[in-house]
Amino acid sequence: MHIPDGYLGPATCGFFYAVMLPIWALAAKIVKKTLKNRQVPMLAIGAAFSFVIMMFNVPIPGGSTGHAVGAVLVAILLGPWSACIAITVALVIQALLFGDGGITAIGANCFNIAFVMPFTGYYLYRLISYRCPVNSKRRVIAAGVAGYLALNIAALFTGIEFGLQPLLHHTTIGQSLYCPYGLNVAVPVMLGGHLLVFGWVEAIVTALAVSYLQRHSPELLVEKKVNS
Amino acid sequence: MKVIFKFWLILGVLIILSPLGLLLPAHFKAGSAWGEWGADTFKELVGYIPRGLEKFSHLWSAPIPDYAFKGWEEKGLGYLSFAYIVSAIIGVLVIVCVVLLIAKFLNKKSNL
Repeated sequence: MHIPDGYLGPATCGFFYAVMLPIWALAAKIVKKTLKNRQVPMLAIGAAFSFVIMMFNVPIPGGSTGHAVGAVLVAILLGPWSACIAITVALVIQALLFGDGGITAIGANCFNIAFVMPFTGYYLYRLISYRCPVNSKRRVIAAGVAGYLALNIAALFTGIEFGLQPLLHHTTIGQSLYCPYGLNVAVPVMLGGHLLVFGWVEAIVTALAVSYLQRHSPELLVEKKVNS
Repeated sequence: MKVIFKFWLILGVLIILSPLGLLLPAHFKAGSAWGEWGADTFKELVGYIPRGLEKFSHLWSAPIPDYAFKGWEEKGLGYLSFAYIVSAIIGVLVIVCVVLLIAKFLNKKSNL
């Protein structure tokens, strides 16, 4: 789901940087207010955890690979705004050090993976686990469902961004300048792999982690009044 | 504090296991992620290399491309697994430093 350099045209890249700038600024403002010093190590672990989870490429035999992100788990533990910052750090380091995701596509990749995913996942989790006690089974299910759906929604956005490129940029003889696959290919293919395989990995990771935390550190699952 | 220690331990285990993310796709003959191919691959995929894509795809040359050391691409999976673990450690260390810097910056600003 990491869009490399060259797949998105300049307009799309610029658009998503422009969208992300105020989101990053707002995230910094909100996290600044709520981030107590003792939460800083958790933020670091959240970012590092997401980075390492994304290294676990899961194969579709004979086909492509994909991976979980861990963004929903980080959002459940730290709140969506902190998760946005944590995942952004992971994505920027991936792009700069490891060439995983493009420099020009950092705005778009952060929009999909560090904004859309933790926010949709967090609010789905809150919705499904509404008013249920910290140790209830419903929370584990809520975490799994939120992980599955949030990764797929992020994949859907990625597919749409890929798929718009042939419409936006092509030569007079009909050759694409950037990603050559239109919406009719990019969206079903991006969604297919995530609906079938990678979404389940995200669901299992998120649900298992919440179930583990219920048993070992339930205090981390208590919702705070302020969404940090 | 104890919880934090446990989390670091889990992270350490994940780092050691991370080469699974390299070995499993190799075992099941799975290619790269969809939409993350090198520019040359498009010749086979659609018959031409999109011009803009070709131009921008080499914009940035990462120091540890694809979590492998430069020049190690043709070495065996054992070497690549080692590079994968080293990459994970480097990545985690850099990320922790960056988060600490951001936290310091945010805290400082709030004290003004």
